[in-house]
Amino acid sequence: MNELMTAIAEHLTIVAISMVFAAIIGIALGVFSYWKPRVGRYIIGIAEIIQTIPSLALLALLMIIFGLGDLTMGVALVLYALLPIIRNTYTSLTELPPYIIDAARGMGMSRQQRLVKVEIPLSIPMIFGGLKVALVNSLSIAVMGVLIGSGGLGYIIYRGIQQRNMDRILLGAIPVVVIALIFDWGMGKAEKRLQKHAR
Amino acid sequence: MRMITFFSKNSEAMFASLGQHIALVLIAVGLGMAIAIPSGVLLTRHKKIAPYFLALAGTVQTIPGLVMLGFALIIMGIGTLPALAVLTIYSILPILRNTYTGITEVQPAYKDAAKGIGMTKRQVLFKVELPLALPTIVSGIRISAVYIVSWATLAGMIGAGGLGDWIWTGLATYNTDYILAGAIPSAILAFAFSALIGLVQKLITPRGLRRNA
Repeated sequence: MNELMTAIAEHLTIVAISMVFAAIIGIALGVFSYWKPRVGRYIIGIAEIIQTIPSLALLALLMIIFGLGDLTMGVALVLYALLPIIRNTYTSLTELPPYIIDAARGMGMSRQQRLVKVEIPLSIPMIFGGLKVALVNSLSIAVMGVLIGSGGLGYIIYRGIQQRNMDRILLGAIPVVVIALIFDWGMGKAEKRLQKHAR
Repeated sequence: MRMITFFSKNSEAMFASLGQHIALVLIAVGLGMAIAIPSGVLLTRHKKIAPYFLALAGTVQTIPGLVMLGFALIIMGIGTLPALAVLTIYSILPILRNTYTGITEVQPAYKDAAKGIGMTKRQVLFKVELPLALPTIVSGIRISAVYIVSWATLAGMIGAGGLGDWIWTGLATYNTDYILAGAIPSAILAFAFSALIGLVQKLITPRGLRRNA
């Protein structure tokens, strides 16, 4: 039981830390893509390409660069999380009704003020939606960390596979699925509430 | 430089793995389509139970690949067959979901018009609903194919063959050459599938819908 709790804690910690980095980088790149759409198209294109790379391949490649351990897993999680966050941030910002931006401009707001006081607050529901997708995916991808010497629930699962022990696989797998479903459901609810609030 | 010599020395074996990998993806996605498209159509005819089925399929999708492969290994043993079973299961959801949404989002006006000119239910499905939903269905197949290229490398763990073998060998022996020999072709294969199916998607979009898209 203790082993399980430690594994869950490790799993959640690495996902949480990666998500913080992914959110900061992703939102920043989303805003940048909105300000500079010409460069933005390439940024989103690159994020899309990263997303297509098979996860085992990406992990193995990153391992060559960063070595074994949590750092490699974290980098992989951040890379995979970028696309939904960048795309949602960018889409939401570009699809804001023009009259709102005109009104803000008419009040004499600078580009930064518009962003912080008008555009970002109005985009929060959709950015949150991107974070949800990124987080739920990450919980599942983090299982593969065991292959590159990172901890978490993947360790229990992988041990179970090596011992051909179904119970041990389930012991590791059930928390992964349950946690992913809880986050998906909870953040989905929160997202709906944010949408209502925004209107 | 060392990498190039390694690649040229092993090019035959690498191409063989690439072929196996492509075969795995084509079979799994083909089976996935054969299951998911009819089921998706069926779900649009039973709208009340559809959300439950889609939620169930979504839950299956959250089960990490490692876990499914582990189960298949214990139940069915090592080899290509258990790997194909797992890959097929994973290929279903995107296609199922897109078939369902694609058909649901066909505007009622078109269906009414089709009924109005005397089409039977079957004709409406094959001549109106499916053609209009096809771009969405194909986009589901695209997502599915990219996923399966990825899962198939993982399936090297249970002896599926394909490019995953190289990565697994590389990870086990910490050998960079092997890792690159599996990782680079598999990444390129994923792009290729994505680009190719994207092209198909453009070509099969009905002419009347292209301008809006």
